[in-house]
Amino acid sequence: MTRALTDHSTTAATEDDTPPAVRLDHVHKSFGRPGATQPVLDDITLDVRPGEFVCLLGASGCGKSTLLNLVAGLDRPTSGTIEVPGGRPALMFQEHALFPWLTAGRNVELALRLRGVPRQERRPEAERLLELVRLGGAYGKRVHELSGGMRQRVALARALAQDSKLLLMDEPFAALDAITRDVLHHELTRIWSEARLSVLFVTHNVREAVRLGQRVVLLSSRPGRVAREWAVGIPQPRRIEDAAVADLSVEITEELRGEIRRHGQH
Amino acid sequence: MASTDTSTQTPAAGPGQGGDLAGLEAGLDALDSVRVERTPFTQVLLQKVLPPVLAVVLVLVVWKVLVLAHVTPDYKLPDPSAVWDSLRDLWLRGTLFDIIWTSVSRGLLGFLAALAIGTPLGLLVARVRFVRAALGPLLSGLQSLPSVAWVPAAVIWLGITDSAMYAVILLGAVPSIANGLVSGIDQVPPLYLRAGRTLGATGARGAWHVLLPAALPGYIAGLKQGWAFSWRSLMAAELIASSPDLGLGLGQYLENARTDSDMPSVLLGIILILFVGIAIDLIVFSPLERRVLRNRGLAPAGR
Repeated sequence: MTRALTDHSTTAATEDDTPPAVRLDHVHKSFGRPGATQPVLDDITLDVRPGEFVCLLGASGCGKSTLLNLVAGLDRPTSGTIEVPGGRPALMFQEHALFPWLTAGRNVELALRLRGVPRQERRPEAERLLELVRLGGAYGKRVHELSGGMRQRVALARALAQDSKLLLMDEPFAALDAITRDVLHHELTRIWSEARLSVLFVTHNVREAVRLGQRVVLLSSRPGRVAREWAVGIPQPRRIEDAAVADLSVEITEELRGEIRRHGQH
Repeated sequence: MASTDTSTQTPAAGPGQGGDLAGLEAGLDALDSVRVERTPFTQVLLQKVLPPVLAVVLVLVVWKVLVLAHVTPDYKLPDPSAVWDSLRDLWLRGTLFDIIWTSVSRGLLGFLAALAIGTPLGLLVARVRFVRAALGPLLSGLQSLPSVAWVPAAVIWLGITDSAMYAVILLGAVPSIANGLVSGIDQVPPLYLRAGRTLGATGARGAWHVLLPAALPGYIAGLKQGWAFSWRSLMAAELIASSPDLGLGLGQYLENARTDSDMPSVLLGIILILFVGIAIDLIVFSPLERRVLRNRGLAPAGR
């Protein structure tokens, strides 16, 4: 194991009998031509347990997005294995990635259709999912008529429409203002606990990671390695301004700064 | 503080928090939503209809002034009323719509054929690398070749027939339509394709549900240009390859007027050709384009 475990950490993931939601085993990923390859991810070993909320944290160049692409099956690792026992995971991007030629409801229905849901069940199911993200009245709205936060909620509803137990999130709230982000943190934790999802959430925002995650995994940069991880024992519901969230954030930020500083030295 | 205990997860909607946040959320949604409003009718009239009408009136006034000033003899620049008389004459003889319809039906039929050929061709060029390398430059080159250059070849191959007309239309319009689709597909944001793939839209389903709808604005721009090319090519073909057997279209009407040195009818012919080109664009393509763009929030409402 390459993890540097701290007193906050847990190794429970490897002791559990139930299959993990994701298992990354010694995953390497390099880009570039043979002979001149650039390692992006180096020996990543990581499990996400069913129902677990894991935040991947790192500075730029740590290969966070590459890692999510690998788990989503959009790219293949150079070596190592990735197991996703539950099948194709749902993926949410920093940009909402909703299709502008469809209404909010139709975007959700397209995901249902591609999953094979029969025609007559799609509309009520899409409405239920929009209701779940508190956008009951937005079925017929065009994407450009929605605010940034509403678009991300529709994108979440569309991701949930895939009915995958694993949700991958690639800095989905990075482009939102603080108050909207706070509201969406709340919605996400609510839906996560109701739907018993496993979430792998990539962010560069330490506070966000601590606010959301049960476990925070810090990646080093160039190449991305698991530098350290923390189990976050602060009970939900948390608020981003909670003192406990702030304290752990300070500790993790210090560690992240150390990681970044190392790159300036050579 | 951080601890190793992760078992005390409770549902997130804690006391006093859910209600607060729901209210906050409703407020944010209301504040941030983009309101789509329609422009009032009188404003459309003032901003959209009035300026072009004024421009036409201005052209007529300048024309009339030039005629009154006798800058050039009558047979070169007739009075606007003489053109009006030519139009009335066609109307009274009952041939006006026959002439227009002969050309318009040819143009539309040729355009539809160009659509049926250009669309699969564009898809092939956009998606198959070898086809793109082979045909891409040729298609772009053909677009800049004036299709009137094809008329002599078409006449030798096919004689002065309807087939020659359609051949010239196709050679003019197919490259535009195909190129429009290619650039439409090239401009599809990669994010949509990634999002489509994570949703399971791959292969033919990906093309149908994601790629083609995403490429639609570029495709429609290509169709618009394709129509303009069809119409221009047809007029060129009708002018050059006119024969009594083919029925009287606008091009032939114009050519006959030239032979008779009937300047009012020549001007009328030009005006009618222009009118048909603009009318088809206004009736068919502009509403289509506007609808597609407005649905995507790419054009201001009320335009």
